[in-house]
Amino acid sequence: MAEHRTAPAAPAIPPLRIGGYDLASRLIMGTGGITDLTALEGALVASGTTLTTVALRRWSADTRDGLVALLDRLGIDVLPNTAGCYTARDAVLTARLGREALETDLVKVEVIADERTLLPDVVETLEATERLAADGFTVLAYTSDDPAMALRLEQAGAAAVMPLGSPIGSGLGILNRAHLELIVSRASVPIVLDAGVGTASDVALAMEAGCDAVLAASAITRAAEPARMAHACRLALEAGFHARRAGRIPRREHALASSPMAGRVTAEEDER
Amino acid sequence: MSTLPLTLNGEPAELAVATVRDVVAHVTGRAIGDDGAAADGRRLGVAVAVGGEVVPRSAWATRELAAGDEVDVVTAVQGG
Repeated sequence: MAEHRTAPAAPAIPPLRIGGYDLASRLIMGTGGITDLTALEGALVASGTTLTTVALRRWSADTRDGLVALLDRLGIDVLPNTAGCYTARDAVLTARLGREALETDLVKVEVIADERTLLPDVVETLEATERLAADGFTVLAYTSDDPAMALRLEQAGAAAVMPLGSPIGSGLGILNRAHLELIVSRASVPIVLDAGVGTASDVALAMEAGCDAVLAASAITRAAEPARMAHACRLALEAGFHARRAGRIPRREHALASSPMAGRVTAEEDER
Repeated sequence: MSTLPLTLNGEPAELAVATVRDVVAHVTGRAIGDDGAAADGRRLGVAVAVGGEVVPRSAWATRELAAGDEVDVVTAVQGG
């Protein structure tokens, strides 16, 4: 048997610039959906993430400062979110608390319409984005997969737009690929797929659709083996990034042979 | 130091505090310097709002509280 050669390393994936921030790993990991800090640490390390979302809540004896200490120890930057806010007013206050607590201008603006769908309230999201961008924040705006709204958020000062693939925690992947591709094609700020990722292939599909980065939370933290899924998502991100740039073949109606027809060996049954 | 009736994180509290810094030290159990940083040098990861307005950490040591003030002390928790 031949001795197999090892494939050369793939070209490095450059960091993504979001406002004035350099995102080293394009897989942003969310920390929600897991309570055990040891399991969370395993997943964070396996994902290779350099930026992770956190929520801001009133201090309690249970939460204390364990998460901040963990992220400091791992050297992972924090992206405070405004999860749980229903109005621009609450989101602005929460963002300011996050900036003060975590000493970062980064904020993921997330204003939801109702508890049942958890879908973004785009009107409040737009207002919060405008006010926070004017206040010096680097705003990553979580929104619906609406191409018109993505542009509006960009115009309002969002440093990155984060359209959903499908509802938060649903694991349904990308429900409207055409819209996602339209958002990507018109954007002049980074597009980060947020929400809906169910498994690693969704991460690859998002990158193939042209997203600049992907945020995965529940897909990893609620998997049976979070660290293993984190590893899979990291590989999928890399695969999708390179596949996008490799230039995929066009889809065709019918088959197209890949082996030459000339020079075939045939066994003619009625040969004389 | 006499005690002050406050609403701390949504609950009524009667605390022997004068400034925002005193409240942060009480809640976190860590000593806080004049600059609002933890005396142990580790990141505090805490923010404070009084009456819905954020009090920057540089003002914690000087911002005095009044009876009935609504004080929120928040920190980072796991989330999306």
